[in-house]
Amino acid sequence: MSAIFDEKIHQTLADSKLQLAIFAATGRLMEKRRKAVNADACPDYQELRTQAHEVKRHTIDHLDYYLELFERNVSAHGGRVVYCKDGTEVADFVLGLARQRRASLIVKSKSMTTEEVDLNERLEHHQLESVETDLGEYLIQLAHERPYHIVAPALHKTKEQVADLLTERLGVPRETVIEKQTMIARAVLREKFLAADIGISGANFLVADSGAIVLVENEGNARLTTSAPKVHIAIAGIEKMIPRAQDLAVFLRLLGRSATGQPLTVYTSFLSGPRRGDEIDGPDEFYVVLLDNGRTKVLADREKRESLYCIRCGACLNHCPVYRKIGGHSFPWVYSGPIGAILTPQFLGVNHEPGLPFASSLCGACAEVCPVKIDIPKILLDLRSDVKKSEEREGASRLERFAFRAWAWVMRHPRLYEMAGMAAASLAPSRDGGGWVRSAPSGIKVAPLDAWLSQRDLPSAPAKSFRQLWRERR
Amino acid sequence: MPARVSLFVTCIVDQLFPKVGLAVVDVLERLGFQVDFPEQQTCCGQPAFNSGYREEARQVARHFLDVFHDADYIVVPSGSCTSMIAHHFEDIFDKEPENLERARRLESKVYEFSRFLLEVAGVDDVGARLDEVVTYHDSCHALRELKVKDGPRRLLGKVRGLELREMDAAEECCGFGGTFSVKFAEVSGGMARTKIDSIVRTGASAVVSVDSSCLMQIQGAISRVGLPIRTLHLAEVLASR
Amino acid sequence: MSREHVLHKVRTALGRSTGQPVDQPPPVRLNIPAAGIESRIAVFCERIEALAGHTHRAASLEGARSYVEGVLAGRKSAASNAPILRQCGITALPGVESGVMDPVALRALCASAACGITGADYALADTGTLVMLASPQEARLISLLPPVHIALVERGRLLTGLDELLSILPFPAEQTSSMVLITGPSRTADIEQILVRGVHGPGEIHVVVV
Repeated sequence: MSAIFDEKIHQTLADSKLQLAIFAATGRLMEKRRKAVNADACPDYQELRTQAHEVKRHTIDHLDYYLELFERNVSAHGGRVVYCKDGTEVADFVLGLARQRRASLIVKSKSMTTEEVDLNERLEHHQLESVETDLGEYLIQLAHERPYHIVAPALHKTKEQVADLLTERLGVPRETVIEKQTMIARAVLREKFLAADIGISGANFLVADSGAIVLVENEGNARLTTSAPKVHIAIAGIEKMIPRAQDLAVFLRLLGRSATGQPLTVYTSFLSGPRRGDEIDGPDEFYVVLLDNGRTKVLADREKRESLYCIRCGACLNHCPVYRKIGGHSFPWVYSGPIGAILTPQFLGVNHEPGLPFASSLCGACAEVCPVKIDIPKILLDLRSDVKKSEEREGASRLERFAFRAWAWVMRHPRLYEMAGMAAASLAPSRDGGGWVRSAPSGIKVAPLDAWLSQRDLPSAPAKSFRQLWRERR
Repeated sequence: MPARVSLFVTCIVDQLFPKVGLAVVDVLERLGFQVDFPEQQTCCGQPAFNSGYREEARQVARHFLDVFHDADYIVVPSGSCTSMIAHHFEDIFDKEPENLERARRLESKVYEFSRFLLEVAGVDDVGARLDEVVTYHDSCHALRELKVKDGPRRLLGKVRGLELREMDAAEECCGFGGTFSVKFAEVSGGMARTKIDSIVRTGASAVVSVDSSCLMQIQGAISRVGLPIRTLHLAEVLASR
Repeated sequence: MSREHVLHKVRTALGRSTGQPVDQPPPVRLNIPAAGIESRIAVFCERIEALAGHTHRAASLEGARSYVEGVLAGRKSAASNAPILRQCGITALPGVESGVMDPVALRALCASAACGITGADYALADTGTLVMLASPQEARLISLLPPVHIALVERGRLLTGLDELLSILPFPAEQTSSMVLITGPSRTADIEQILVRGVHGPGEIHVVVV
């Protein structure tokens, strides 16, 4: 584990206000989901999950076919598909188009994919103003932070912090009433929408048989982003594909319920190209940027490929007892929580943060709530093995590897195992009454033991092991 | 002729909680089973497997297969170790067809303790008595990998004098997670304290579970803050009278 | 840009060759419950009201007009070109402008109007959802920019839910560049998860079932 990962975790745990905010927010989201997927509210929830998994598996296994089908259908309706291999290509495309159209202001609706490639920073670097319009994302942009959560980016901010932020960045009088804070943002952003030259959105789904993108939201900012400016660019990872518009019956139901407990979010937009001849309004130009940025690397790994089924509902974050302690900003990349723990090493390499796949108790709550049934714990275990293989190649973690080798040797030799157990017990204070000890025996300094004792007491060794008692019993 | 049952006691029970093993034997024998304890047994290999050391885990798992190859039933007082044997042996032997076959043969024979009582012995009342208010902690692997949820509660429901009070976060992880508990000690400790808050809210004087590893974590954290709550393995409750 | 590069990497990763055919995808799963029109209307209204939307069941065109007139209270409003609005006489109400076909003029109108009045192509009972297809009758911005959205739904357009919509409209892109499902007023809970309505879209929604 890197020192910075360790330090961020420690800071989050030490901040009691933040702890409470994370715990309360994720707890509410858990409760909302629970009510939305129970047998009364959604009797066929488990069948929907199975169907979603199967459809995703089929699509991802034949992704090349669906990408080309999607592309043909976008073109047929007057839009254009642009493939990009990384963030630089995305930025180049947007900058090029902005230059041609003499654009200076971009409005953006929420997109994790653009966070992934730091699009705003890249555009601002070229004096192009790019404004996030989802309320949470807007606050995060004002604070120059990363989203704390996939669906609730400003989950960690209190209204007092928001008040300070708005005053500092917008120069408005301090306002701590949440309704009024929201209206301040609405007024600022409304002007941006009406003045913007280009709207950039993400895509929750790419629909191959229609050449359409689907956007799911509650605020209306994605509708404004895609309706008001003359140019609409949707930026999405290639894995967002589904084969048919009719598959939305399954995916939209699962997404809303899993994310926020809503049967359907307030707005679902199904957009398939620029304004058509007789339509009154809408963009004149429609582009869909399909981004690789490491996805084809994940695709090549048959065992872990299902990581790409993710529909970004955030349920695994809310239900993860580790996320609920360490929060979103402890994670080393834009994707946090269990899904972040499996995506980050696959996109950026296991050495980017070797501790990440180990930051899990493998409790399995994530897989239980995943609407597309990604087996996250299994992938974490595979990644742990990948980390160890990489460490072995690089000669790292030698002591730990030696310890496990020795341990395995002992475990294959029952007599040795028994003797080792007795030796350890003789060092520890013995317990016949079932005592628990608060500190290590003097003179014994073992890092894992100290780590255990930093938080909890340790059972002292019993006078006799089970096998000894068993023999006596016979 | 009573059915023969092989006990895989698990290394943690063997070394740290032998009373749990005795309780398992006691309950099984009372039900008329002939309990066998293969003395060559050590560990299932899970610590290495969960830490990313697949080869080391394989070595220990092969030893397990050797020791238990002729068992009729293997009873394990742990959801986590049962799941390792029943589910993850398949993952680690994916390139060893012969061992894979042996692992698959074991799969149908290995039973977490409560499941064995309900599904093989076919009893939910073992004649136990314990005058105490308890709460039940779902260990993650028993709950999510083995779907052991109602069984232990049914067994507890038949214990005379016992009152089961559900906690609000019964299904939330206690924070143990094997080496996670020391690699991320602060997080693990925080999770344990969240769990304890939930336990305390029930007013129960004991926490029951089917995994001694979870109970070690919970009891260790309870002991650190000095609460008058004890932890009991399900087998210990069922052996009381 | 990198079209060939990306497609090549995808095919290599999957072990597929150019133009290789695909298996059949899993059959579509659509689940359409049987529900009579009266129960659909009842469920629809109940769902919208649960989302803090307002509903009105109008027995006649005049009834619809007088409800809308009450909501507008003479305020400046933008009305779409949906025939039903004209039939009801809503387009002739004081303060209501309709028939604007120029996008720039329409945007200016919507940005300054208090209410936007539209029809709805369909409505989904089980979620309380309006389905709006962009067309010469319906602009995108009328249901979006003004703080109040009033929609008239003909009762024959009320479907059971999303599954039925997708069964009668399997290829929405053949009809429109934009199909939007609207389920209640615009909302956010981004600050401390406190619900606030009307953040970007209309904070108030009225649905008249005609």
